[in-house]
Amino acid sequence: MSVVLADLAYWQETTIRLVVGLLAVLLPAGTLVYLFLFKMMSFMQSRLGPMEAGPYGSLQLLAEVGKFLQKEDILPKAADRLVFKLAPFVVLISTFLLILVIPAGPDLWFIDVDTGIFLALAVSSISVIGILMAGWASSSKYSLLGALRATGQLIAYELPMVLAVVGVIIQAGTLNVQDIVLAQATGEIFGFGGIGNPFVITQFLGFLIFLIAVQAELTQPPFDMPVAESELVTGYLTEYSGLRFLMFFIGEFATAAIFSALAATLFLGGWYVPGLDVTDNLFNVIGPIILLGKTLLIAFFIFWFRFTYPRFREDQLQQLAWKVLIPLSLINIVITGVLKVVF
Amino acid sequence: MTDVTDTKQMAYIAAQAADARVNLEIETEGMTLNIGPQHPATHGTLRIVVKLDGEQVISAEPLMGYMHRGYEKLSEVRTYPQVTTLVNRIDWLGSFANEVPFILAAEQLMEVEAPPRAQWIRTALFEMSRIANVVLFLGDMGVQLGAVTPVFFAFRDREFILNQIEAVTGGRFHPNFDRIGGLRDDLPKGWIEETQGVLKRIRDFCDEIETLVVGNEIFQSRTRNIGVIPPDVGLSYGLSGANIRSSGVDWDIRRDGGVGLVHHELDWKVWTHPDGDSFARFWVRLQEVRESCTMIEQILDGIPAGPVMAKVPRIIKVPAGEAYVETENPLGVMGYYIVSKGDLTPFRVKIRSASFNNVSITPWLLKGVYVPDVISILASLYFILGDIDR
Repeated sequence: MSVVLADLAYWQETTIRLVVGLLAVLLPAGTLVYLFLFKMMSFMQSRLGPMEAGPYGSLQLLAEVGKFLQKEDILPKAADRLVFKLAPFVVLISTFLLILVIPAGPDLWFIDVDTGIFLALAVSSISVIGILMAGWASSSKYSLLGALRATGQLIAYELPMVLAVVGVIIQAGTLNVQDIVLAQATGEIFGFGGIGNPFVITQFLGFLIFLIAVQAELTQPPFDMPVAESELVTGYLTEYSGLRFLMFFIGEFATAAIFSALAATLFLGGWYVPGLDVTDNLFNVIGPIILLGKTLLIAFFIFWFRFTYPRFREDQLQQLAWKVLIPLSLINIVITGVLKVVF
Repeated sequence: MTDVTDTKQMAYIAAQAADARVNLEIETEGMTLNIGPQHPATHGTLRIVVKLDGEQVISAEPLMGYMHRGYEKLSEVRTYPQVTTLVNRIDWLGSFANEVPFILAAEQLMEVEAPPRAQWIRTALFEMSRIANVVLFLGDMGVQLGAVTPVFFAFRDREFILNQIEAVTGGRFHPNFDRIGGLRDDLPKGWIEETQGVLKRIRDFCDEIETLVVGNEIFQSRTRNIGVIPPDVGLSYGLSGANIRSSGVDWDIRRDGGVGLVHHELDWKVWTHPDGDSFARFWVRLQEVRESCTMIEQILDGIPAGPVMAKVPRIIKVPAGEAYVETENPLGVMGYYIVSKGDLTPFRVKIRSASFNNVSITPWLLKGVYVPDVISILASLYFILGDIDR
């Protein structure tokens, strides 16, 4: 994008960035909701899902958005009004910041920073603040319990996620996300360079830990303790309705899409497919599509677990994070470091 | 008071003050959380007031009566045949089973007995309502623990059983089919063959649940050793049904009491589990669904021919007297105590419903557990609000 935009005026560039940014967040999020939440979940549960709006219910998303826009916007009497209204935006901010660093082609990215992956992992935890704001400001006990659970959980699973990524960083030798993709594209596995070196093969343990941590970061089952609908009604979302609920909803699925894209970039080679030269300009066109395909593959696993498993209890999921995932990811780092020296 | 010296008293006051200071410094305030009456996990309007310290329950108190409909009182102004329409709605998931003990008690007072064919069909419908009821529990337990998929399977396969009940009685949920002295009608044509197919589906459903839920590690870690009821405590709280059998008490009225139904002529087994935890309650119910399938299969093979209605007068006047009959209903022991003064209507009806007793153990059981376990324990106790409040 940087190359394409070089000759344009500032306002033109900003407008294009804004539109593309919105599309990059909303389009995958909508795809996820329709493809997995509506259709895959329905087929797994032996029902059809939405069928009326558009062919195979494909316009159901628009209907849902329309429904949420029409709903009454309820503000609890005892709520902290300003914080209550701000919370959904804070959650969305982290979503939009995350998309910045993910490249969709050799020249397609929003910002190119040398500490890209560091930035991504740092901003991903901003959503915790939004969730805590939502839970506290709602002045509801269920919301508060949910928000506290969410905070504890997100902090606990931030750590294995970062540590799992460290393995990738060691192997790629860079923090720049674009360079990580290039390292996978040009890499070799034991001297064989036919398919590059997607880190899912060499960093399989890291990949698994990353997926589990992502599942927990997204508060999706089996880690959906914060929004456990059978216990806490819907946790920190309990008091939200209408447009604000929609923003949380978009935030949830956009974050799911972006974390899947991040996993695809870090472990599956991002926008690169074997067979073409890395510098080929064609990647600027097909790169986003390839990335979306890989994103959907990762998201498929995330949602598959979501619809299958019951949820952990709070103490059990903390135990899983601190006693299993973190030691495993530390072992992964050690092994990766040793192998990096050896080979 | 005489042996309290000044020094002792001063020491006591000092200790109390020190305690108070410590309590002030690290004071954590308890929180009262109302689970219900409107809450997605209470199947209706049960309200449980829990006092929490963090997420740990200090005390829990179930408050009932939000759905009290006064069936005992209403029965006093209904004729005997009319009462069955009311009691259908007590345990609304297995509604035919609610009629049976009332009709049996009335038959006992009138000293009539249903013809054999009616008794066999009665037993078949009784067990089918158990399946319709417990199948939903098997799916619902997953929902309470966060797995949304099993309940859809449960609703899907329960439909087949409901169709069969509807084919006989004309009602999916409120059959109102049992009569004093027999049944309203005979079986429709082809029903027996269809039911055999349906039972196979139910068995498949049980296998599906076994692989999808019972074998799941997270499910096991959420239910094993959670909400353990020792047999003596369970008995002292009056628990019944699968709740007490999963504590290892081998007690089933279908086998041990059993008037008016033909369970003793069938070859079946009472399942118990030694653990008494949430998992045991789930597992025992799963086995009981299978056992019910076995029973119905035997009934379908062995229904005797003959009439379905004994000779009873058109206008039923029950002779004066008292009768109490209880049966092993899907949720536990259900009994009707009928006092008749020889009128068209009962003088007094007392309904002993299982869920009322099953829920009464919650203050003892929920003490010290975490909020997520409150839900899973309540789900595993399996109550129906109509069965609590009547």
